[in-house]
Amino acid sequence: MKITLNNREETFAQESMTVTELLESKNMTFKMRIVKVNGKLIKREQYDNEVIRDGDNVDVIYLMSGG
Amino acid sequence: MTFEEIKKKLSRYTVGIAGAGGLGSNCASSLVRSGIGRLVIADFDIVSHSNLNRQFFFTDQVGMPKVDALKINLERISSESVVEAYNLKLDNNNIANLFKDCDIIVEAFDRSDMKLMFAETLAAELPGTPLIMGSGVAGWGGNEELRSRKVDDTLYICGDEKAEVSGQLPPIAPRVTIVSNMQANIVLEILLKR
Repeated sequence: MKITLNNREETFAQESMTVTELLESKNMTFKMRIVKVNGKLIKREQYDNEVIRDGDNVDVIYLMSGG
Repeated sequence: MTFEEIKKKLSRYTVGIAGAGGLGSNCASSLVRSGIGRLVIADFDIVSHSNLNRQFFFTDQVGMPKVDALKINLERISSESVVEAYNLKLDNNNIANLFKDCDIIVEAFDRSDMKLMFAETLAAELPGTPLIMGSGVAGWGGNEELRSRKVDDTLYICGDEKAEVSGQLPPIAPRVTIVSNMQANIVLEILLKR
């Protein structure tokens, strides 16, 4: 599948993957983050269930302390 | 647009600010100077000496609730903006009710767990309202790494998205103020297009 991840096109061998699998495969280990799939915010407890498919638009935003 | 036209337009809008620290106090100052109609600001903290390296407070305000001190300071800039200040700790039970009338909301917390809680709560309870977040303000230098970007119509991120506050990388006025003004600048960009 081909998806857009943080505004960049990325290709994966799998036809679909969960948010958890995507984060693992891209080694996105930082825990304080917002994940959006096609504009919908996915809470942490949904990472194992939310399936990403071909053409999806995914954003992973890291939230750093400080303000 | 002349500045008179800008002020007239901005006077019709309400902006929510979650947190009255480095990001929130400085963002509020710029919005009042620009002529925003109404601000809804919430924070539970009190002004301390260590805040004065970046936050819009003064030595004689140490010990005061931040929102009370901020309201006084903003009213010294202009009497044209209405400032609603709430001295309380925001949580997922009070956020929607407090910010429901806001046209745009600025996230201005220090702690990343609060930033996440706030974004999740707004996405669930006030999903159409644009949220402007700060992420990555710690340290000094690196002007070229500071940026703002639009994720989608309801989410904007300001900061370098990398630098995390630590003992060796404190938040200091220049970078924090730059990012707070990036947030204020996006507020103007969105509202002046309406």
